[in-house]
Amino acid sequence: MALPGGALRLNQLVISRNFYKFTSCVGVRSLSDNVSSKPAPPSAPETVGDHLIYTQEHFALKESLRKIIDQEINPHVDQWEAEGTFPAHKVFKILGSAGFLGVNKPVEYGGLGLDFSYSVAVSEELGNIRCGGVPMAIGVQTDMATPALARFGSAELKEEFLLPSIMGDKVACLGVSEVGAGSDVSSILTKAVRKGDEYVINGGKMWTTNGTQADWICLLANTSDGPAHRNKSLICLPMNLPGVHIARKIEKLGMWSSDTAEVFFDDVRVPCKNVIGQEGMGFTYQMLQFQEERLWAAANVVTMMDNIIQETIQYTRQRKIFKQPVLYHQSVHFRLAELQTEVELLRSLLHRSTALYIKGNDVTKLASMAKLKAGRLAREVGDSCLQYWGGMGFTSDVLVSRFYRDSRLLSIGGGADEVMLGIICKYMDTLPKK
Amino acid sequence: MSGRVLVGVKRVIDYAVKIRVKPDNTGVVTDGVKHSMNPFCEIAVEEAVKLKEKKFIKEVVAVSCGPQQAQETIRTALAMGADRGIHVEVTGKDYEAMGPLQVSKIMAALAKKEDAQLIILGKQAIDDDCNQTGQMTAALLDWPQGTFASEVSLEGDKVKVVREIDGGLETIRINTPAVLTADLRLNTPRYATLPNIMKAKKKKIAKVNPADLGLDMTSRLEVVRVDEPPQRLAGVKVETVEDLVSKLREQGTL
Repeated sequence: MALPGGALRLNQLVISRNFYKFTSCVGVRSLSDNVSSKPAPPSAPETVGDHLIYTQEHFALKESLRKIIDQEINPHVDQWEAEGTFPAHKVFKILGSAGFLGVNKPVEYGGLGLDFSYSVAVSEELGNIRCGGVPMAIGVQTDMATPALARFGSAELKEEFLLPSIMGDKVACLGVSEVGAGSDVSSILTKAVRKGDEYVINGGKMWTTNGTQADWICLLANTSDGPAHRNKSLICLPMNLPGVHIARKIEKLGMWSSDTAEVFFDDVRVPCKNVIGQEGMGFTYQMLQFQEERLWAAANVVTMMDNIIQETIQYTRQRKIFKQPVLYHQSVHFRLAELQTEVELLRSLLHRSTALYIKGNDVTKLASMAKLKAGRLAREVGDSCLQYWGGMGFTSDVLVSRFYRDSRLLSIGGGADEVMLGIICKYMDTLPKK
Repeated sequence: MSGRVLVGVKRVIDYAVKIRVKPDNTGVVTDGVKHSMNPFCEIAVEEAVKLKEKKFIKEVVAVSCGPQQAQETIRTALAMGADRGIHVEVTGKDYEAMGPLQVSKIMAALAKKEDAQLIILGKQAIDDDCNQTGQMTAALLDWPQGTFASEVSLEGDKVKVVREIDGGLETIRINTPAVLTADLRLNTPRYATLPNIMKAKKKKIAKVNPADLGLDMTSRLEVVRVDEPPQRLAGVKVETVEDLVSKLREQGTL
């Protein structure tokens, strides 16, 4: 593998980018070298008037968020990936101050009270971050740990946990999955036993994104002995309470910049008023937000796939093999066309589902389909594109290898492919009758 | 003093886009290409909004000349804190031929109409790199100018401007009304926050035609041809100074 040769090719790619002089003036706009290998932005959006769900405000939102990503996030991604964590408090504060953490949250608590199409726009734009870990961490903050609280929490609870999370002052994490229970949420073992005015919590949670730096956890625990779908409650738990142990930071295949923790609860005492909404409704509350979680995940990866395909086109256009660009070989440009076609199909499904959802429809089937397709297509895009990068694709110097690792999680987390398939079959009425 | 500041904002091809020349060599490809506000115009808007926040001026009016899409650029200015916008509609051939002379005529006319105390522009646009509009506008109005500003302070009815010039920094004090052009280090433009983006929806953008202002938009310039810069050839690395000298001799450069 001629690595020095490869480095030279990357260098030429960097030099050949036409860059306006001022951007090299370090000072006002500190752009990292990474930006030079940023792919040309895909074709401009359709005329605002024609777009299925986006208005001028959506596009303005995306443009502003993109600036924050380009200036405050992307320059540091490589470093954060190497360090295995990112400064969530710092990044969330920047996003929170600009209003991007409370897009569809209530106005009384610092949110913007906008509909879910704005959340989708934010998620799509976050796909321009050059890793999967940071967008995932942001998604947990905005669309996994906080929706139930926003909808069902008491005013006092929202004041203490929701408001600072929207402002970016507090980092949230979600405690649902356990070592022994992932897809089968109803079989979680963490128990919250009522003792007077408090709950005493024992158990543990796994795969806790933001877990090592979160200020509070949205915890799903068994609060009674009833049927598995009706005996669980969501509890807002500060992470600094005695008895909360962050057991370890998990080393993962990808998503390196996102710190993932295993957390234990050892006789942790929390006031009963920290329960979100009604006791016993925790499972239902969590399920209500699945549609949004799944569409969010699909939105995020759609942009990433666009970017990977564009970068692959750029690379293969200047990399020569047998005297002509790799891109000129039909198997290559035809395959990229196939992949782009599928990305557009997923985008259409995403936008269609979002359009229906904001009108008040239940889109569980479509959202599950979108999540299923997103996970699988990301693996295809990552795998096929990496092949066209050749030896370079196998190095840590390029985005495609990071995408290949990061995107593998999509078929597992946030609802595994098999769970999605089960849901779709339920809607198709093809499951075996009991 | 009216306390009103006019800020010119230009819609240009985004700085990160790889520019391609049209096959007929009459210009560059703009269809379907990402556009944004000229970075120096962003700095101009930021300075105006800051002056308003410090209560030196009362109103920031964002002006852009061009087709319908120019309104997007005005909206970005509104989302940054400008109070209202004026879209001067220029389309088709007039738009293609529009240059600093035409824009300065427009800015001068608007400045009189709006009784502006200050005009703040970006020092140049990143598409044509002209660096002329500010200066021409000042000349047409017979107003003083503070160009390449890296620091601006209002002192009563005067403006103190620190200018970035080749030799270093020059500080001047000029009377208002005046024209200022923003240089890179004047400030760091704020992000348009989402709440402000939504608020900007309600702010007004007035539409006018150059004809309404009694202006002649004919260009005195004709673009003959647009070409890409010559391809930069790969260099050759050498080990010693002797090698370098002999290679340069071989090439005929020495």
